[in-house]
This record gives sequence, structure tokens and C-alpha cells, in this order.
Amino acid sequence: MNSALRKIGQITLFLLSTLRVCVPALARPGLIARQVYNTGARSLIIIMLCGLFVGMTLGLLGYDLLGRFGSESALGVAAALGLVKVLGPVLTALLFAGRAGTALTSEIGLMRATDQLTAMEVMAVDPMRHIIAPRFLGGVIAMPLLAAIFSVIGLYGAQLVGVTLMGVDTGTFWSQMQDAVGMADINEGLVKSFAFGVACTLLAVYEGYHAERTAEGVGLATTRTVIASSVLVLIINYMLTAAFL
Amino acid sequence: MSEHSPAAAIAEVRGVRYSVGSRVIFDGLDLSVERGSITAMMGPSGTGKTTLLRLLTGQVHPQDGSVQVLGEDVPQLRGAALYALRRRMGMLFQNGALLTDLNVFENVAFPVRENARVPEAVLRRLVLMKLEAVGLRGAAQLMPQELSGGMARRVALARAIVMDPEILIYDEPFVGLDPVSMGIILRLIRHLNDALGITSIVVSHDVQEVLSIADRSYLLAGGRAVASGSSAQLQASTDPAVRQFITGSAEGPMPFHYPAGDYRDALLGAESEL
Repeated sequence: MNSALRKIGQITLFLLSTLRVCVPALARPGLIARQVYNTGARSLIIIMLCGLFVGMTLGLLGYDLLGRFGSESALGVAAALGLVKVLGPVLTALLFAGRAGTALTSEIGLMRATDQLTAMEVMAVDPMRHIIAPRFLGGVIAMPLLAAIFSVIGLYGAQLVGVTLMGVDTGTFWSQMQDAVGMADINEGLVKSFAFGVACTLLAVYEGYHAERTAEGVGLATTRTVIASSVLVLIINYMLTAAFL
Repeated sequence: MSEHSPAAAIAEVRGVRYSVGSRVIFDGLDLSVERGSITAMMGPSGTGKTTLLRLLTGQVHPQDGSVQVLGEDVPQLRGAALYALRRRMGMLFQNGALLTDLNVFENVAFPVRENARVPEAVLRRLVLMKLEAVGLRGAAQLMPQELSGGMARRVALARAIVMDPEILIYDEPFVGLDPVSMGIILRLIRHLNDALGITSIVVSHDVQEVLSIADRSYLLAGGRAVASGSSAQLQASTDPAVRQFITGSAEGPMPFHYPAGDYRDALLGAESEL
């Protein structure tokens, strides 16, 4: 219990240190754009592929469940709310932790193991400002964008199954969705994906920065990133879902 | 121990005590580095040579004693003041520590880009001059992964001198190098020291190589500097520790074996007893 509290305290202090250097780091937009590309653009294919199949599954399942109550026409609403409010942000965050989070941890951990971070310090360059802050900001910016793309592709997947395969009317599918899904729902998804972006990226850079300088240490740090991010995403999701009700 | 006037010392360590947990690394370490000299820090593995460099660059702080570098009390420095001191120092890491996502040119340009506002054309000339000095101008576009160990060390050396430091610190510059690369690095250390008028601190346990270029050497053992002097003085020394280190003998005051229990008992005892 004590060690868990100590770790939470250390991560909180690390977050504060990171936030302190985020403002000066904004003066180097090139570094941040590069990290948005590394964490975001490089995760795009896996996010789109998973979004498509999650949407298609949602289309199948939704059609079957709603059909039992004679409400197949509400498939668009069900798919949209499910994707925008929960599945889009949560699954994107889990995929992000597995793809970009592990890449961040191992990259920074190896920089630590090969003295690159120490070399920066000796060259009077703050690694928190040059390495951590751009990666943190890049992840926080990329996550909502990825979640939005996941949801949009997911909707097309649901439409592909519901409308093209199962025969739900196209007009009904999209118009009911337009009527029922409001800005509040989209905001909920945005807030969640932003919170997940902060949590997943923070854990990834923290674990990398504090990884032991050995191959095993970097491997363990990477594993911790995935596990801690996944658990934290599900906990935050529950808390935010309750808060938005 | 010091035969040099304090005014000539560019770095001074006095009565330093430093330990990690229960392990004492330094217990009353005294040494000084004369301005413009090449000073070698030698000693067996685990005697704290790299830790000494970390003390000099303010990466770790002693529990007791003083560390003065370029007139600054290093353990008292924090934040901007510490970074200001480090801008006056350069360091060559054992493995080069090149930034793996930047090519050779950008690695050398990195400290200047981060610490000074220099027009791109001037920076380009500056980097090319430093690369020419280490014989690697033609490798400017290569990535660190494409370099041999010796080349990586030379790029790291170009990076270490790009800010024209007053002190240049070398951490085990000869480890893992073939004789040709080692000879090149040796000549570069001497040449850069004389041509640029900088002070060099070389940590190494390659005795003959480092003695061939050092103006003054320290032998570290047991948490202290047990001997110091010019290369000729050390080679003529009758001190058992110095003799053992210079001749590479297993017998002498510097233990080869890590402290352990009785050998016979360990061989004949239970498998769990090591």
C-alpha cells in the first residue's frame, strides 16, 4: 500500500514537472508535430482497422438485440452513442497504450540506458523539456484525434453491416443518429479521450524515464506501461461515465 | 598531495565523501586539476572513476567535502546556474551517447542549437570544422547506427568540443577500440588540448595509453587518491599499489577478488551456499 501511494505521489510530481516544461516546449512546435506523427499517424492503420471491425460487430450485435424489440431502425443511434461515448475513446486508448505507449517507454528507456539523457543533461539541455514534454503533448493531442477517427470509421462499419447487409434503411440509420446524438455526447467522448491521452502518455513517458538501465529494466517498464495504462483507462472511463450521467 | 598552486587549479576536490547505500565510494578524496593540463584518473574497475566525473559535472552530490570547478561550488549549484557551468564543460561518454534519432551533423550541432542562437550558415561551418578536426566531415550525413565504435567516439568528441569548452572530460575513451582508432583518439586528445587550450580530464584504466599523454595522473583506490604525479614519476614509483596497477599484477594491495567466504567451504558446501 505504501509503495503504491509513493508511486502515485512520484507520478503526480512527474506530471507537475512535465506541465512546468510544457509551456517552454510549446516554443518548439516542430518537436511536438514530430511526436504527433510518431504517436498518432503511426497508429492510424491499426486504429482504423480496429474501428472498422468494432463498428461492424456493433452493427451485427445491435441489429440482433434491437430486432428483438422491433427497433432495428435505432441501430444508427445505438452504434453512434456506443462508439462516441465509450468504445471509441476506450478502445483507442487501449490500442494507443499497446502501440504508441510501449514505443514511447522503450524509446525513452533505451535513451536512459545508453546515456543519451545523461549526455543531454551534461550538455545543459533539460531532457524533461526536450524529450518528455514534446512526447507528452504529442500523445495528448493525438489521442482525441485517433478516438474521433476510430468512431467515424466504426460508424461506417456499423452502417456497412446494418444497412448494406441487414437491410436497415439508410435514411433512418443516419437521420435518427443525427436527431439523437448531441454535442453533450460528443463532448463526453472528447473529455474521455483527452483524459486517456494524459493518463496513457504520462505513464508511458514516466516509466521510460525511470526505467532501469538494463534490457530487462526497459522490458519491465514497457510491460508496466501497458498494464497500468489499461487499468487506469477503465477506471477513468467508469468515473467519467458516472460524472456525465 | 597537491604540488600545484590553488590559483592554477581549474577543478579541485577536497575531502569528498560519497557513498551509495552502505557502499563507500569515496572517503576523503583530494585531488586538483591544473588549468591547461591533461590529467588522468586511473584505477581498477569499481573505484569510482566515473562517479568522480559525475561529481565534477554535478550529476551527483557528495555527502561531505567540496567540489570546485571553474571557481564554482558544484554541489551548491542548481537549475540555471548548474547548466551555465555545464555549458563551459564538454564530456565524452564511454559509449559515445550519440542521439540515435539525429544524424552525425545534427548530433554535433545539437548543443549549439539548444544553447545558443547562431545563424544556420555559421552553425554549418562550425559543425563542419569540428567534424574536420576529428576526421569525419565526410560522415556528416550518416546515422549513429552506421558508425563504427571508433567513429562514434570521434563524433561524440566533435560534439563535446563544439561549444568550445574550458574543460573536456573523457570517460574511458579507449574502451573497445582497435589500435588504429585508439591511436587516433590519443592524438586527438593531445592535439585538442594543446590547440584549443582546454583542460582535459581523462578517466581510464588503459595505463600505458593514458600515461603517454597525461601531464599528471592520479591513481584511485579504496575511496582515495593513493598516488599522483607525472607519468615518469608514477612509472618510477616503488609504491606497491602503483606497481601492481602499472604492471597489471593480480598480487598486491588492490584485491582482485570480490570479498567472499572460504573457497573450500563454498566448493564443498551445499548448493545453496555461494
